[in-house]
Amino acid sequence: MLSIKNLQARIEEKEILKGINLDIKPGEVHAIMGPNGSGKSTLASVLAGRTAYEVTGGTVSFLGKDLLELAPEDRSREGLFLAFQYPIEIPGVSTTNFIKTAVNEARKYHGEEPLDAVQFLKKMKEKMKLVNIDQSLLSRSLNEGFSGGEKKRNEIFQMAMLEPKMSILDETDSGLDIDALRIVAEGVNKLRDGKRSFLVITHYQRLLDYIVPDHVHVLYKGRIVKSGGKELALELEEKGYDFIKEELGESVEA
Amino acid sequence: MSEMLTTLEQTALSEYKYGWVTNIEADEAPPGLSEDIVRFISAKKNEPEWMLEWRLKAYRQWLKMTEPEWANVQYPKVDYQGIKYYSAPKQKKTLNSLDEVDPELRDTFERLGISLDEQKRLSNVAVDAVIDSVSIATTFKTQLAELGIIFCSMSEAIREHPDLIKKWLGSVVPATDNYFSALNSAVFSDGSFCYIPKGVKSPMELSTYFRINAENTGQFERTLIVAEEGSYVSYLEGCTAPMRDENQLHAAVVEIVALDNAEVKYSTVQNWYPGDKEGKGGIYNFVTKRGICAGVNSKISWTQVETGSAVTWKYPSVILKGDNSVGEFYSVAVTNNKQQADTGTKMMHIGKNTRSRIVSKGISAGYSHNSYRGLVQVGKNAVNARNFSQCDSLLLGDKCGAHTFPYIEVKNSTAQVEHEATTSKIGEDQIFYCNQRGLDTETAVALIINGFAKEVMNQLPMEFAVEAQKLLAISLEGSVG
Repeated sequence: MLSIKNLQARIEEKEILKGINLDIKPGEVHAIMGPNGSGKSTLASVLAGRTAYEVTGGTVSFLGKDLLELAPEDRSREGLFLAFQYPIEIPGVSTTNFIKTAVNEARKYHGEEPLDAVQFLKKMKEKMKLVNIDQSLLSRSLNEGFSGGEKKRNEIFQMAMLEPKMSILDETDSGLDIDALRIVAEGVNKLRDGKRSFLVITHYQRLLDYIVPDHVHVLYKGRIVKSGGKELALELEEKGYDFIKEELGESVEA
Repeated sequence: MSEMLTTLEQTALSEYKYGWVTNIEADEAPPGLSEDIVRFISAKKNEPEWMLEWRLKAYRQWLKMTEPEWANVQYPKVDYQGIKYYSAPKQKKTLNSLDEVDPELRDTFERLGISLDEQKRLSNVAVDAVIDSVSIATTFKTQLAELGIIFCSMSEAIREHPDLIKKWLGSVVPATDNYFSALNSAVFSDGSFCYIPKGVKSPMELSTYFRINAENTGQFERTLIVAEEGSYVSYLEGCTAPMRDENQLHAAVVEIVALDNAEVKYSTVQNWYPGDKEGKGGIYNFVTKRGICAGVNSKISWTQVETGSAVTWKYPSVILKGDNSVGEFYSVAVTNNKQQADTGTKMMHIGKNTRSRIVSKGISAGYSHNSYRGLVQVGKNAVNARNFSQCDSLLLGDKCGAHTFPYIEVKNSTAQVEHEATTSKIGEDQIFYCNQRGLDTETAVALIINGFAKEVMNQLPMEFAVEAQKLLAISLEGSVG
């Protein structure tokens, strides 16, 4: 599905990713954990094609295509979805209208007829149940005045509507209380069908209680320094990130 | 962000779709302005003596006036002696029916999407088509006449309905009002007149489509709308011009009168040629638009979508004289490249319980400057007057400017005046978010712009709204990369 080899990237003059290697197969859920500033969100942004980041080396192949050659909108249309850590507000544009445009742009890209209003509403109703989102929220301007939980739920709803092959969740758990977290996680779990893949980026282990990963990687200073199964997340939770530093032979600051 | 700014700098003029010229022989006045030219225009139109006198009086006033300089726009002085004040496509004879319109002209309007063929038109819109100085054709006149509605060219109105013209022409915008209205009063060549009799609600939208075609010619149209007691009309105005290297002057006057319980809704989509990327050419759009709510419970609503013109100077206003009358101004003004717009409104509260609402959305891109200038005036007898103003500016890139000049004068302590203003930028974050959902940047900008302007766009009649949405997107094409 997604194969990252020796990926290096920087923002302005600052090197952030220093050679990432990662292979995600269809149906797999990978988690990336790491302390603040390790490069987690940068990795998400680079994969989605944010222009502020410059890729200085390495390759990324997505479903056999050179991902880095694709424009951000084409990455999306090819089936790559990023659930934003901080979803953006667009005043005056209803959430429904926005999602309809997105769905139909992807259909156009694949040579399909756009969904008409009836077909679209039917699909929307179906997916609304999945993430337990309210109709009234969807009539409001995109993310404008939404609570943190509503924004994140709206991200998962968009994911459900766009049916991506590969979803990246960038700290979707940040700022969520336990109930909101559970709703979001349930939404993701319902989309797991053995074919779709997920890359879950998180600082804390608690999200992984609900979205159980197949693989866990620790990102530190722009490199994946440790990989393991879901038990690695628990180990991190218990020992903190310091144990990684110790393993790497770094002195632990107080 | 730096990359985004570079692409913003690459602001390219979108293809102006209406930039072509119709090759048709014209009947023209020589360049320059004098009493003789005023007489020439009046004679060309077979006007009665009183009309000529009216024009000459305006001309003599104009000579004593000076061009206003207070607007936040800069342009080289207009050479008023270098402009032709009359140009009319030569037509073989007087038209007895729409079928006799010169095919070349008919085709011109077809290309603009304005069919003069009544069968092909949407049945709810009547059109007066004006090219350069004259009205070519007016559709649905017969059907409207059955209801007593008069909808015809101004020239025809002067000949056929002199009493109404004498009574109302210049009653809202006197010739002496300002430099450009005086000029217009002296040399106006055509425009539309509509008269809605007592108690009649116009069953169709009335619209005028203005086209400048001839080179080096000024367009000075005059529109007058009179809504008698208890009547209603929705009026639309559209305009385009060929792409030419020199600047062309457009100085129109629009007057609206609403009597007791009458309502007039006036919508404009202004798309005059804006000039090229470097600011060469384009229309100087110096327009005076004003309505008077003369009667009780009357209402006048202006909605404008301004995307064209090199320089715009325009303040559609409402005099709220009748008690309980309502004035509204909804505006979206888009400037790109080197365009300059100084536009807004005046709401003059005179009667009791008068209310006004101003919603202005300015969008600036490229190296353009976009100013909102508004005056809310509450007279000493305007008990319980209310005004709400909202002025929002949206910037694309960091080379353009947005300016707001709100003036408030209140002479009655029971008045309530509210003003809100915001300025924002289309962020790289917003664009990237849209890109990530599969929208390319052009689509994203169009979506964001239309969201920003939604409150105003919602005021437009359905058929116009779709066109206007597309136009917003086209005007900003290439401004974000």
